[in-house]
Amino acid sequence: MEHTAIQSTSAKKHKPAQPFTREEFERVRRVLKKKVQFAQGDVAVAYGALLAGCRFFAGYPITPATETAEIMSRLLPQVGGTCIQMEDEIASVGAIIGASWAGAKSMTATSGPGFSLMQENIGYAAMTETPCVIVDVQRSGPSTGQPTEGAQGDIMQAKWGSHGDYELIALSPSTVQECLDFTIKAFNYSETYRVPVILLADGIIGHTREKIELPEYGDIQIIWRKEPTVPKAEYQPFADDGTKVPAMNVFGTGYHSYITGLTHAETGYPCTDSQPDHHQLVQRLCDKIRDNRKKIIMVERDYENSTRDETVGIVSYGVTTRTVYSAVKTLRQAGTPVNHLRIITNWPFPEQEVAELAGRVNRIIVPELNLGQVYHSVREAVDGRCPVTACGKIGGEMHTPREIIEAINGSAD
Amino acid sequence: MGEYRHRLMDYVREEIMPHRFCVGCGCGTVLNAFVNAVEEIGLEPTKMVCVSGIGCSSWIPSPYFRSDTLHTTHGRPIAFATGVKIMRPDLTVVVIAGDGDVSGIGGNHLIHAARRNIDLSVFMVNNMIYGMTGGQVAPTTPSGTKTSTTPHRNIEPAFKVADLVMTAGATYVARWTTYHVFPLMESMQNAMTRKGFSFIEIISQCPDNYGRRIGKPTANDFLKQFRDDAIRINKTEGMSEEQLDKRIVIGKLCDRERPEYVTQLHEIIREQVAAVKREKTK
Repeated sequence: MEHTAIQSTSAKKHKPAQPFTREEFERVRRVLKKKVQFAQGDVAVAYGALLAGCRFFAGYPITPATETAEIMSRLLPQVGGTCIQMEDEIASVGAIIGASWAGAKSMTATSGPGFSLMQENIGYAAMTETPCVIVDVQRSGPSTGQPTEGAQGDIMQAKWGSHGDYELIALSPSTVQECLDFTIKAFNYSETYRVPVILLADGIIGHTREKIELPEYGDIQIIWRKEPTVPKAEYQPFADDGTKVPAMNVFGTGYHSYITGLTHAETGYPCTDSQPDHHQLVQRLCDKIRDNRKKIIMVERDYENSTRDETVGIVSYGVTTRTVYSAVKTLRQAGTPVNHLRIITNWPFPEQEVAELAGRVNRIIVPELNLGQVYHSVREAVDGRCPVTACGKIGGEMHTPREIIEAINGSAD
Repeated sequence: MGEYRHRLMDYVREEIMPHRFCVGCGCGTVLNAFVNAVEEIGLEPTKMVCVSGIGCSSWIPSPYFRSDTLHTTHGRPIAFATGVKIMRPDLTVVVIAGDGDVSGIGGNHLIHAARRNIDLSVFMVNNMIYGMTGGQVAPTTPSGTKTSTTPHRNIEPAFKVADLVMTAGATYVARWTTYHVFPLMESMQNAMTRKGFSFIEIISQCPDNYGRRIGKPTANDFLKQFRDDAIRINKTEGMSEEQLDKRIVIGKLCDRERPEYVTQLHEIIREQVAAVKREKTK
């Protein structure tokens, strides 16, 4: 397999920001024990969260995400953090938002049915610009569906699940190592942009056991939210300092901040009757992500030097990427040039990257474990430059490489 | 002489006054009692977090009370408050919200917070109606009442929320009305200074969206009823459930000790951190 793991988390040496000190990081590393382990995706998510400085977890048991809560409940107290099993997933997101304002990096983990319940409070986190991480270990839906089977059916829900206009960030891991690495990234994005970040894992990768390697201090960047520097009386929790990401106070430190899901002014106070105020607020919430798309969007390109006429394109993401690597290899051995674009950041959607691919290939297929979700985003980005074919599979099994190859051959006309 | 300034103005967000409560609404009375209670026990607003939901009475602390304030989604303030309290046990966390919010859409969070005996003070303002949306039937509306969504009559019994919370495990439960302001203040002080889950049901009035429909168009109509119907808990001995249902039982309904949730949670953390340290030094 021509798989190269994403190195971006460990490529540069960074000094972690306060208040996550080297001492605290080392304490987490000691608790996690061996550097190289054989672990499940769900477990790797928990490890990534602890290494990123997560100190509050609230969750509700749900297959296939429960292991993350189990690991967090065992290990969080060992590093001075707290874990609570709430009465449902609505409460879980509520609790992590409350904990975030109380100064903790916080996370919850769930699967489809729980993710559906969480949507209102995810919208609240977006509106109140509360950093938090939500892990969705996707399973087959709709409704209760196939609890023990993996799927990629929540991609659109991750972006559009709550009402109104907002932007958030969603990442798709395809290996157990990436479950760990991307959870750290999720926290970093969340703290950088004051936004809920969704980790779109799935039941297959969540329950797959693979080798993981834990990072050391200095291997990874750990970001902490920007705190206010102005005098307390002048502080406004939603004032744009030019970056579109306001500094965030911590409760109990004398800022007397007012946080509401209502349309609010820079002071935080409601201004629900004002069209310009609503527009300014919601536009900024969207722009702070859209303007930084270059920093947020991650893709992997595996392109050949071939002519457009002879080259086919594949767009994949998450666990399906693993099958695509194999299909690409077989196709190339058989003499078919393939350009493979792997999406890591599902939201914001890598439109430009997909459009660029469309200029290099005669057609694109989109294999995914649903009946066509990212396919629609790809078509929109391709904008008629070449035909796009969906290659969906549901029911809990991954595509075989042959199915992908047949889909490519079948889309020839 | 300087301009007169009320001694409690520092506790409210003056810059967004006047408030938005309707004429005769009970929310102003509850805010008044709350602010007085906070001042009397010398609680620093900086060391408080107020959490509220959606509905008229959620506006009592948010935005009017000057502390860190989390105005959450409908029905969920207790869940949000749980996260705040666990991370900052040193802060006094108060939830003020309505009957629809706390016992209707958010009833499950109420039950489980009481069961955990987490150190929160929940002040449920019960005006027996969904007031903000214009007077729809609530879980607390007396049966037989005509509301905008029970135009014929309400066939459901009213929820006895304080009883529910007691049974679920709350360690301090009281019921007062907006007529009984001074005992209410004292009760709020007790709730905020003791450890454990404290719940006060405050029977309140909504003359505009409830009173108008039931022949009580002014606050006075309600307050007189609260005065006449109220009966102290210690005077209820020997009364049948049927008799009691016609009255408003006021007073401290329960005050007991049970292990508190956050204290125990932090005990576990101390044990676990110490165990890791021991292992390190081995």
